[in-house]
Amino acid sequence: MTYNILEKYEMVPTVHLMKIQAPDVAKAAKAGQFIILRIDENGERIPLTIADFNVDEGYVTIIFQEMGKTTKQLAKLTTDDKLQDFVGPLGQPSKIEKLGTVVLVGGGVGVAPIYPQAKAYREAGNKVISIIGARSEDLLILEDKMRAESDEVYITTDDGSKGHHGFVTDIVLNLLEGNEAVDRIVAIGPPIMMRAVAGVVEPFDVETLVSLNPVMVDGTGMCGGCRVLIDGETKFACVDGPEFDARKVDFNLMMSRLGLYRPEEAEAIETYEKECESETGCGSGCTCQ
Amino acid sequence: MHMSVRQPMPAQPADVRAHNFKEVALGYTQKQAVAEAERCIECENPQCVKGCPVNIDIPAFIKSMKASDFDGAIDKIKETNSLPAVCGRVCPQETQCEMYCILGKKEEPVAIGRLERFCADHELEKGVKAPQRAPSTGKRVAVVGSGPAGLSAASDLAKAGHEVTMFEALHAAGGVLIYGIPEFRLPKDIVQKEVDYIGQLGVNMKPGYVIGRIKTIDELKNEFDAIFLGTGAGLPNFMGIDGENLNGVYSANEFLTRVNLMKAYQFPEYDTPIKIGKHVIVVGGGNVAMDAARCALRLGADEVSIVYRRSDEELPARREEIEHAKEEGIVFRLLTNPVKILGDENLMVTGAECVKMELGEPDDSGRRRPQVIEGSEHVVDADIVIMAIGTSPNPLIFEGAEGLESSKWGTIIVDEAGMTSINGVCAGGDIVTGAATVISAMGAGKLAASTINEYLG
Ligand SMILES: Cc1cc2nc3c(=O)[nH]c(=O)nc-3n(C[C@H](O)[C@H](O)[C@H](O)COP(=O)(O)OP(=O)(O)OC[C@H]3O[C@@H](n4cnc5c(N)ncnc54)[C@H](O)[C@@H]3O)c2cc1C
Ligand SMILES: Cc1cc2nc3c(=O)[nH]c(=O)nc-3n(C[C@H](O)[C@H](O)[C@H](O)COP(=O)(O)OP(=O)(O)OC[C@H]3O[C@@H](n4cnc5c(N)ncnc54)[C@H](O)[C@@H]3O)c2cc1C
Ligand code: SF4
Ligand code: FES
Repeated sequence: MTYNILEKYEMVPTVHLMKIQAPDVAKAAKAGQFIILRIDENGERIPLTIADFNVDEGYVTIIFQEMGKTTKQLAKLTTDDKLQDFVGPLGQPSKIEKLGTVVLVGGGVGVAPIYPQAKAYREAGNKVISIIGARSEDLLILEDKMRAESDEVYITTDDGSKGHHGFVTDIVLNLLEGNEAVDRIVAIGPPIMMRAVAGVVEPFDVETLVSLNPVMVDGTGMCGGCRVLIDGETKFACVDGPEFDARKVDFNLMMSRLGLYRPEEAEAIETYEKECESETGCGSGCTCQ
Repeated sequence: MHMSVRQPMPAQPADVRAHNFKEVALGYTQKQAVAEAERCIECENPQCVKGCPVNIDIPAFIKSMKASDFDGAIDKIKETNSLPAVCGRVCPQETQCEMYCILGKKEEPVAIGRLERFCADHELEKGVKAPQRAPSTGKRVAVVGSGPAGLSAASDLAKAGHEVTMFEALHAAGGVLIYGIPEFRLPKDIVQKEVDYIGQLGVNMKPGYVIGRIKTIDELKNEFDAIFLGTGAGLPNFMGIDGENLNGVYSANEFLTRVNLMKAYQFPEYDTPIKIGKHVIVVGGGNVAMDAARCALRLGADEVSIVYRRSDEELPARREEIEHAKEEGIVFRLLTNPVKILGDENLMVTGAECVKMELGEPDDSGRRRPQVIEGSEHVVDADIVIMAIGTSPNPLIFEGAEGLESSKWGTIIVDEAGMTSINGVCAGGDIVTGAATVISAMGAGKLAASTINEYLG
């Protein structure tokens, strides 16, 4: 079984959007869930959040950032290519309820998984305040779509090229100290950002959720590679999560576990780039030449 | 009574095989196979058959072999065993058929497993005969899980003329046969041939379908006339000791899946990485522990040791695998138990604090209970620790399965015919028994298939 790529484009440098034909996955998908894909027979299984899905047209949208070998190879695929595997939906859906005011925080490519939540929370009748951040204006994704699904949108950039000059946490703190009664915060982005959000909300009594992204293999609870420590208890992020109470997450452990394969990842990308540069190419059907 | 010597199994030398993933046991030659078959004295009241969980007519297939009629032999075997090439390799014959063989009283029993393997390989080499199917019944059956239980159920159900769809969570079919048991014990092209056979029978394969997520059992009930659940016991147990989440601690499932299913031993040709340790500790004493230890050795570790809390005698792994592991240089730290995994400031594993054990009075299982020896704490250095202390059923299958009853161990409860608490939904294999054997899972799949045939009328 293979999966067609219906659409593919680069949203901003190194961040790509793909629509994959997978009607059964689309039918079952809910906000907060993810898929695991494999490009080809030699490929690694990598998890990506469901950024959007369309039941009528039978597709699932993924948005990914070029990080290492697999995401760089994925970035080179076109609508002529197919994916070997596309498994999902996986993980627990977000518990979307009518609460009142929900603050959604997305950092970098983390805006992608925040978008379906904005839609879902709004549909459930909440006031949605979104805070989306990027290193600079040209790396900011999904601004228009987030505006369409939010009551208020704040933008932050690390370099001040757009919106607030600073971090998403600055706005979170402003909101919490202001008059707005916030009922829930959901933050998704790089681990460092999620840890910072967990720090900022500490003194306030507001439920705060983060979506964890440890290294995964099967995504079904079979390997335990994705284990994270929540309030001193071991959980498998792929089946118990990926969303957890931000205050209870052992971020240091998670971040160190994310670095476990750094030497191997460096080797993989080096081998891959050498193959791509060589005269014969990598033979994987990529369009690098 | 005449005495005869059991034909030895040709094998790769230990010092060579410790560095490759090729099959260890090479299989009998035709001459050896016939000579070994000749040893069978064709008992009037053959005990061996009683030891076989699926009652293969052992004397009959061996008799065909004596006449070099290997086609006749494999037909006989396949009357009750649909995975002989697998079972001939991995069945614990020493506690099943061979344990009851009459020759075993005076000398070594007939090597029934090796003979079974020879016949199966003989058939695979020639190409398996186009399978017979009954006329279509127009009934639709879903099989969830593609391990030995699912494969044998699917095969029998398809032969009976039903339209069978097989859902598998992973991207490849075979269950533990493909992700767990390593290449050097069970070559993956053999498993693939068994899977291809199911395909030839017209079974519609749906890899990458996690039931409980993409569809629930409640939903499957609307689409299918009957369902078989063979989802295994794939949830890894951890000890619950300090340091188990440190970098470098793997469950055996993760370690073996990376190596076998994802082919990490061929990294970077294959993309999935694995940590190659210098000093590897594997905690546990079963087949899973032996497999993990021998994989770690083949990846290039300097020293691999098994840490097991009882003594050599109680090691639950097959004797043959224990001997193979010892020959390859795996160190056995017996009567030893880890109490804490140690790590450095970067949260990388540096070793395990262990205690020595002694065996006390027998417990409920009849095995002598291991007790800690006071003051025996010591540190075993390690940069990789693999936990192979058992698995439990994965609860995912219960999501959206209204009325599916389970035991306190999380296994599915079935009646003697393999039917669950939901009429028309059968289950079998490790999901019912907890982690067991390939042959018992296969037998349960066959039983459930016949129950479903009856149910569908
Ligand atoms: C539930 C979940 C949802 C995710 N959603 C998205 C998303 O929507 N968009 C997106 O761009 N990224 C997402 N990620 C991260 C994405 O999976 C990794 O960036 C990707 O696996 C990197 O693979 P690589 O080969 O390109 O890079 P590598 O060089 O292999 O790795 C780069 C870094 O990515 C992480 N990583 C590596 N392998 C895995 C793996 N198998 N599983 C998880 N993380 C890994 C490690 O921290 C590593 O250091 C998600 C991760 C998880 C667990
Ligand atoms: C490393 C190892 C070595 C072993 N060695 C031996 C040996 O030498 N001899 C022996 O006899 N036995 C051995 N065993 C035990 C034997 O492999 C198992 O008892 C047997 O495989 C059980 O078969 P099964 O079909 O019940 O389940 P499994 O083989 O576990 O197959 C279950 C399948 O169901 C799939 N699945 C699970 N949940 C879902 C879901 N929700 N939706 C869709 N699919 C799902 C899984 O991905 C898996 O592929 C070993 C086991 C291991 C782990
Ligand atoms: S018990 Fe041994 S000798 Fe007797 S029939 Fe069986 S295999 Fe042959
Ligand atoms: S990814 Fe294997 S258990 Fe979560």
